[in-house]
Amino acid sequence: MRIVVQEPPFDFGAEAEAFASGRHDMGAVVTFTGVVRDFGNGGLDAMEIEHYPGMTQKALEGIAAEAVSRWSLGDVLVIHRYGRMEPGEKIMMVATAAPHRKDAFEAAEYLMDYLKSRAPFWKKEHATTGETNWVAAKDEDEDALTRW
Amino acid sequence: MDVLYFAWVRERIGLPKETVTTDAETVADLVTELRAREDRYDLAFSDLSALRVAVDQELTDFDASIKGAREVAFFPPMTGG
Repeated sequence: MRIVVQEPPFDFGAEAEAFASGRHDMGAVVTFTGVVRDFGNGGLDAMEIEHYPGMTQKALEGIAAEAVSRWSLGDVLVIHRYGRMEPGEKIMMVATAAPHRKDAFEAAEYLMDYLKSRAPFWKKEHATTGETNWVAAKDEDEDALTRW
Repeated sequence: MDVLYFAWVRERIGLPKETVTTDAETVADLVTELRAREDRYDLAFSDLSALRVAVDQELTDFDASIKGAREVAFFPPMTGG
């Protein structure tokens, strides 16, 4: 299990390759990457992500440990950035390795659902107009937790 | 204890962290004390349903005890991922 909280960009290809390599008992590797999405009209200048140093790492470790206890997993990787990012930049990634794909897929979805609502990150949009907006949590994100 | 604020709570109160001396027994008691201080606190804590709280870096609720706690943090619902 590897949990990384960092400001600089990460190399998604290299991370995915390293995570998937050298395993002989894991038949499935699932990766997910979150990307900064523009409003659709080129109006987003940047996304700023604030976090709670001290709590963030522990919260992510707790979520990953819960995933490991619920599914048959060989390994988990979570990388989550903070700071200022432009549209198209990768914000975060999760990877799961399991003997079979169902566990890998489900655990990755579980990790994403919990990362969205239970890891102490807050997103602020900076529009090209100069306006800023804290992204509000969605009810559907909170509701997504109930299925687990 | 240290009281921390994040995201719009930090902006509304105007600081990220402060040291508070209190006899409050629960998070809710602490909130009542903070709201009585100044309008900016009163405004930030006016709708508790829009806030989350962590005591010693663990998510909890407003009924939680803060006896012996070192750190209480207030913030809006999280938007990770």
